[in-house]
Amino acid sequence: MLGTLFQEHRTPILLSIMGLMLTAVGVLQSWGVSLTILNMCLISAIMALGVNMQWGYAGLFNVGVMGFAALGGLAAVLVSMPPVSEAWQAGGLGILSGLLITFATVMCCLFIWPHLKHSKWRYWVIFAVIVAGYALLRIFFDPGVNAIESINPSVTGYLGGLGLPIVVSWPVGALFAAGVAFVIGKIALGLRSDYLAIATLGISEIIIFFIKNEEWLTRGVKNVNGLPRPVPFEVDLQQAVWFQDLAMQWGLNVADASSIFVKLCYAGLFLFVIAILLWLSETALKSPWGRMMRAIRDNEVAAAAMGKDVTWQHLRVFILGSAVIGMAGAMLTTLDGQFTPVGYQPLRFTFLIWVMVIIGGSGNNWGAVLGGFFIWFFWIQAEPMGLWLIHTLTAGMDPSSAVKAHLLEGAAHMRLMTVGLILLIALRYAPEGLIPEKKRI
Amino acid sequence: MLDLINAVTLLGNFLIVPGLTYGSQLALGALGVTLVYGVLRFSNFAHGETMAFGAMLTILVTWAFQAFGISISPLPTALLALPFGILGTIGFTLMIDKTVYAYHRQRKASPVIFLIVSIGVMFVMGGLIRFVIGPNDQIFFDGTRFIISAREFKQMTGLQEGLAIRMTQAVTIVTAIVIVIALFWFLNHTRTGKSMRAYSDNENLALLSGINPNRVVMITWILVAALATIAGTLYGLDKSFKPFVYMQLLLPIFASAIVGGVGNPIGAIAGGYVIAFSELILTFAYKKVIQYLSPADIEIDGLMQILGTDYKIAVSFIILVIVLIIRPTGIFQGKTL
Repeated sequence: MLGTLFQEHRTPILLSIMGLMLTAVGVLQSWGVSLTILNMCLISAIMALGVNMQWGYAGLFNVGVMGFAALGGLAAVLVSMPPVSEAWQAGGLGILSGLLITFATVMCCLFIWPHLKHSKWRYWVIFAVIVAGYALLRIFFDPGVNAIESINPSVTGYLGGLGLPIVVSWPVGALFAAGVAFVIGKIALGLRSDYLAIATLGISEIIIFFIKNEEWLTRGVKNVNGLPRPVPFEVDLQQAVWFQDLAMQWGLNVADASSIFVKLCYAGLFLFVIAILLWLSETALKSPWGRMMRAIRDNEVAAAAMGKDVTWQHLRVFILGSAVIGMAGAMLTTLDGQFTPVGYQPLRFTFLIWVMVIIGGSGNNWGAVLGGFFIWFFWIQAEPMGLWLIHTLTAGMDPSSAVKAHLLEGAAHMRLMTVGLILLIALRYAPEGLIPEKKRI
Repeated sequence: MLDLINAVTLLGNFLIVPGLTYGSQLALGALGVTLVYGVLRFSNFAHGETMAFGAMLTILVTWAFQAFGISISPLPTALLALPFGILGTIGFTLMIDKTVYAYHRQRKASPVIFLIVSIGVMFVMGGLIRFVIGPNDQIFFDGTRFIISAREFKQMTGLQEGLAIRMTQAVTIVTAIVIVIALFWFLNHTRTGKSMRAYSDNENLALLSGINPNRVVMITWILVAALATIAGTLYGLDKSFKPFVYMQLLLPIFASAIVGGVGNPIGAIAGGYVIAFSELILTFAYKKVIQYLSPADIEIDGLMQILGTDYKIAVSFIILVIVLIIRPTGIFQGKTL
């Protein structure tokens, strides 16, 4: 009886369990912690939705989630930070001419490629154009970069951004990610399936190297701090009279109330985005387009025989999914309030998201969202739990023993192993996930 | 004339010898990837960690030997420990195959599922390695450091530039040559090797001819574990052993395998050298070479580098992209094991 009830209403039941867990954290630890987890859960859910589009709808394996998320973070910096006018005066010309040269080189190549189709000189001409373009680029670009990086390096040392509201960066992040996804997809799709995996692995590492090294654009490992916020600052709230009254009504002190209010504002923004995305994805999945995507995923040969352009459809859904991931990356940087290139680790940004999708239920949007919530919750709570476990297990040991020290140190690497084990166990025993894809006839 | 010889020596010291060494390491790594692809038909993302795992076992045995005072000086002790590392890695890999891959193989899962499974294996192994030996640098090299040091070379020839050959470089290149010859002899001249090639070429036909698939899979994993351990240990000896570096080696190794044509051992070896030399050529600072070759004393500002050293990893990616655009089947297309 209960079993069938659970089967029929899986999604609402599991979502309310998740809600209960967050409430429990709120009551037992604090509401601030609970809301922090909730906000990260929402962003993880959006990333999982993006990966689900690629894997669940189309069976495309993207190992470069980290790179696309980092592009979103870059967008947040470039859109929202105030421009550094001295840097623009010093090196702006060099950078702009560099960009122009790059653009011209690419255009040249794209023009030559089809025109020399039958010439044996084709590759040599392209090669010469690229070498010439690169040499020109270095001549104009390098002085500009040096000039920019030498201007007040401890505070700026980069070009800054456009000074626009940071919410604008969300769609811009999506555009950045979509652009890179287009290039990668164009190269790797239509070939063997694992080429896409290897190509995305490569591009995500290169994006991270680029962001760490190109200080004129991103400040590199010096980080960009103090990004503008789409919500009010706690300090301002604490001074406002209307807010002090509100805090009185809630029965909280002003400092706590302001922090909770800010987190609620973020949660509202993220909920708004996720609601739109979910509505769009569900509609798309039910539409003829969704039917076609499933047909292609389940049997590419048959779909191609029915006249569907498999590679083109794969490219489209790959771009769409990457755009969603890029947007989530921008939202994450917005929430953090700072851009830290060193923080982009493949385990956290690529494979954790993958585990979310596979555990949640690939091919099902609600499953991806739920997976995002569950996995992020356990990712955050696992570290204290693991540390507690090791401490309990080694409680009887001599505190100064080397074995205990080694075990405690090793506990930090347990996350790596746990993520791997969860992935292996899920693929073997529960490949459908918590909320399986709806069987459609 | 003397300037020309100096310039060539300089290139030899910083480009050719390191390139041959690094290329041999990549080639051995790519051979492992290619074998898995040829026989088991998936891209094994856990290969980098398998290399690290083998190197770790070898290091542990090396330390034990060093503690007991066993050494084969002037050669590094790690060479003596290598067989033990290989045996341990073979055992571990076969266990992983039994517990993880065998199930999916039996269900005839698609290559992408295998790929994801191998990523799971990669994390489990990575966690295990960091748990046992820690995430830090480990030094396990001993024995003679140089066969010819730069100073000796300068004294011998009277040139301004020295050509140093380190022991680890010589060991790497010689070992790689021996291993590759042994592998090809095995694949082409033994019954088991031939059955592996037949299985890789056409699975159904091989099964009809009475080849035991389980045995082929087992032999493949044994070869892969041995190759990975050797590659990992040589890399660790030559540079240093640091677990996370092996994860970053994954991209150059895959690129090597694809450049040569995945599933083709000769291609994997060629690909390894192509990737290694491109990396070094594109990130080498040519300032001194140009100074030697230019007629007058021209002041050259800048290092005359084509790409910054930080972008090493981009080189293998660029080559990968070029191959995927121009010739997706690799240089030696249409041939398998």
